[in-house]
Amino acid sequence: MPEKVSIRIDGEYVAAHEGQTILEVARAGGKYIPTLCWLEGISSVGACRLCIVEVSGVGRLLPACTTPVQDGMSVTTQSEKLQHYRRIALEFLFAERNHQCAVCVSNNHCELQAMAQRLGVTSVRYPYAFPKLPVDLSHPRYVLDHNRCILCTRCVRVCAEVEGAHVWDVGGRGTRSLIVCDMNRPWGDAVNCTNCGKCVQVCPTGALAEKGFAVEEMVKHDRNITRLAARRGGPA
Amino acid sequence: MKKITIDPVTRIEGHARIDIYLNEQGRVADTHFHVTQVRGFEKFTEGRPFYEMPSITARICGICPVSHLLASAKACDAIMSVSPPETAVLLRELIHCAQFVQSHALSFFHLSAPDLLLGFDSDPARRNIFGLIEDNPDMARAGVALRRFGQEIIEGLAKERIHPSWIVPGGVNAPLTAEVRDRILGGLPAARKLAVRTIEFFKTVLDNYAEEVAHFGTTPTLYAGLVDEQGNSQWYDGLLQFKDPEGRLVAADIRARDYPEFIGEASLKDSYLKAPYFKPLGYPAGVYRVGPLARLNASDGFGTAADAELAEFRQRCGSVVHSSFHYHYARLLELLHGLDKIERLLHDPGILGTHVRATAGVNCLEGVGMIEAPRGVLIHHYKVDENGAIRWANLIVATGHNSLALNRSVAQVAEHFIDGDHFKEGMLNRVSAVVRAYDPCLSCSTHADGTLALDVRVFKPHA
Ligand code: SF4
Ligand code: SF4
Ligand code: FES
Repeated sequence: MPEKVSIRIDGEYVAAHEGQTILEVARAGGKYIPTLCWLEGISSVGACRLCIVEVSGVGRLLPACTTPVQDGMSVTTQSEKLQHYRRIALEFLFAERNHQCAVCVSNNHCELQAMAQRLGVTSVRYPYAFPKLPVDLSHPRYVLDHNRCILCTRCVRVCAEVEGAHVWDVGGRGTRSLIVCDMNRPWGDAVNCTNCGKCVQVCPTGALAEKGFAVEEMVKHDRNITRLAARRGGPA
Repeated sequence: MKKITIDPVTRIEGHARIDIYLNEQGRVADTHFHVTQVRGFEKFTEGRPFYEMPSITARICGICPVSHLLASAKACDAIMSVSPPETAVLLRELIHCAQFVQSHALSFFHLSAPDLLLGFDSDPARRNIFGLIEDNPDMARAGVALRRFGQEIIEGLAKERIHPSWIVPGGVNAPLTAEVRDRILGGLPAARKLAVRTIEFFKTVLDNYAEEVAHFGTTPTLYAGLVDEQGNSQWYDGLLQFKDPEGRLVAADIRARDYPEFIGEASLKDSYLKAPYFKPLGYPAGVYRVGPLARLNASDGFGTAADAELAEFRQRCGSVVHSSFHYHYARLLELLHGLDKIERLLHDPGILGTHVRATAGVNCLEGVGMIEAPRGVLIHHYKVDENGAIRWANLIVATGHNSLALNRSVAQVAEHFIDGDHFKEGMLNRVSAVVRAYDPCLSCSTHADGTLALDVRVFKPHA
C-alpha cells in the first residue's frame, strides 16, 4: 500500500497517496486544472505547461501533470498569475504554427481552440512565426499537418505505449522540432505503422486527421484510448 | 499632372482605383483601371490536401462563397473521378440558385438601385441603401426580403449562412429534410411576386436612362456562358460556349477540362487582374464578357417561366445586347429565373434522397471545375501529386473575364460624361456606376479579401 499523504488544494485538505501527481489528486477531488498534452491512460510529459500550479514555498510554477504530491503540500490551482502564464503558454502555441481554424478539419471540435475559449484568449499578442511547414499526405488513410501540431506528443506516447508500434518521435530542436515518423520518413513508408489510427484519435488538434474529411468534420474519440489503457492497467 | 479630387466610392465588392487623366481642354485623355490588391492565393494552397480546397477557396469571398465551394468541389470530384449522387447534384443546384438570388438582390437593390432610383446626380450623401429606404421604402424592403429569402435557403441547407461547409468533394454532407423543403416552397410565391414587381418597376424607369444606356460600355464583344443541350442557360453543369457580337456561335460544347484551348490569360500592366481572352482570336481581339448580360447573349433562353420576360427584354433591347447598362436588367431576369428554378428543383422527386456523397481517393492528378457564378463563368483548376497534395492551382474568376471589357467601358463612360471645366460629382459617379453594373467582385479577382472601396481620381495638366 502506498503511503497516505495529506495536501491542501486551494485551501481545502485532500487525502492522497504517495506517487500520485497533483493533477490526479485535484481531478479526483473534482478540481479543474487546464491540460492539453496530458491524456488519461498514457504517461505524462509536461510538454504544454497549461497545467501549471503554484506550490507554496516553491519559487517556480510547477506542472501539475508531472509533479508528485508530497505530504503537507499546499497547492493553488487558480490565480491571476496562473491565468496570466497559462494564457501566454497558449498564445505561444498559436503563434508558433499556422492555425487557420475557419478552414480546419477540427474546427469546433478542437481541444486547442476550446482551451483558447475557456481561457479567454481572443487574440495573440506575440508575432506569428508563420513557419513554412509540410503536410504529410503519404499515408493512405491519415494525414499529418505540421501547421496545426502543438508538439504535445500524445501521438508519440499512445503509439509507443498503447499500440506498441512506436512509429512517432520528436525530431529537431527548439522551434524547429517536428513530429517525425519512423526515423524521419514519409508516413506512407513507415514499416511499423499498423494503420490503427490511435494517434489520430488522441491528437487534440487538426494536426492528425482522417483523409478526405472536410472542414469541421473531424471529431476525435480519445476516451476510447483512455478506456483501453485502463483495462490494460494504466501507463506503461 | 495635378490631382483634383479623390473620391472613394463604396458600393462595390472589392478594392479598386480608377485614374482619369484630362487634357488641356478638360476632356478625358486617358483612363486607367487599377486593382490594388495582391494575388497570392494560388501560392499558399501549395501542398494542402486537395479536399481542403473548397473551404479554403470559399474564404476568398464573403459575397459568393457558394460559387467557389461549388467550382472547387467540382474540381475535386474530377480529381476523385466520381460523379456525385443524383440528389447531391440537385442539392448543389438548389444552393447555387439561392446564391444567385441573394447575390443578385444585393447587387441590384443595395449597390445599384440608389443610382437608378435616386438618380446618378442625386446627393452622394444620401445615394445609398439608407437614402433608398427613405425615398422608396417598398423597393428597399423588396431587396432585403429577396436577399433574406436566398440566404435562408442557404442557411436551411448548410446551417451556416456564409462559407457553408456543407458542400464537399463528392457531393454534400447532409440531405435535405422535408421540413426545410416545405418552408422554402412556402416562401416562394411572395419572393416571386417581389421579383416580378421589381422588373415591372425597372422597365418604367429604363427610359430615363437613355444616355447611360447609350454610353455605358456599348462596344460589342464576344459573350461567353454555360448552356445545356437545349441551348438554355445552365448555371451549374453546362458546357461553355462563345457567341460573337452578331449572335453567331463561334465555339461550343467546351468541357471544363478543355478551357485552356479556348481561354488565354494576359497580364495587364495596371492591374493585378489577369485578363482572359478568347484564344482563337488572340489578345486583345478576343475580348469577351461573362455574367448576367453575357449569359443571356450566349444562350437561347432560360427554359423556365422567366422566358416570357426574357422575350420582352429581347424585343426592347435586341437579340444581342451590348450596353453594359443592361447588366441590371439581365440580373433581374436571372433573379426571377433563379426562383423558378428553385421551385422546379424542390418538386423533383429526387430532392429528398439520402444518398448524397460519393467518396474516393485520388484517381486523377488534375481536375477542373467550371460553373456560372452570379458574376459569370468561374473556373477552378488544380493539379495534385499522387497523395493528393496541391501542386498547382489556377482560378479564373468572373471579374477577370470581364476585365478587358470593363476597362473599355470605363474609358467610354469617362470620355462621354466627364467635362473637367464644369466638374460635377455625378460625372464621377457614372464612372464608378459602370463598374458596378458589372457587379465586379474585385476582392476575389485579386484573391485577397479587404474593405470595399473604389477610388476614382481625376488628374488634370498643371496650369
Ligand atoms: S488545430 Fe484547432 S486551433 Fe489549430 S487550426 Fe485547427 S481548429 Fe484551429
Ligand atoms: S500531431 Fe497531434 S498528437 Fe501529435 S504532437 Fe502534434 S498535436 Fe500532439
Ligand atoms: S498538461 Fe501538464 S504540461 Fe501539458
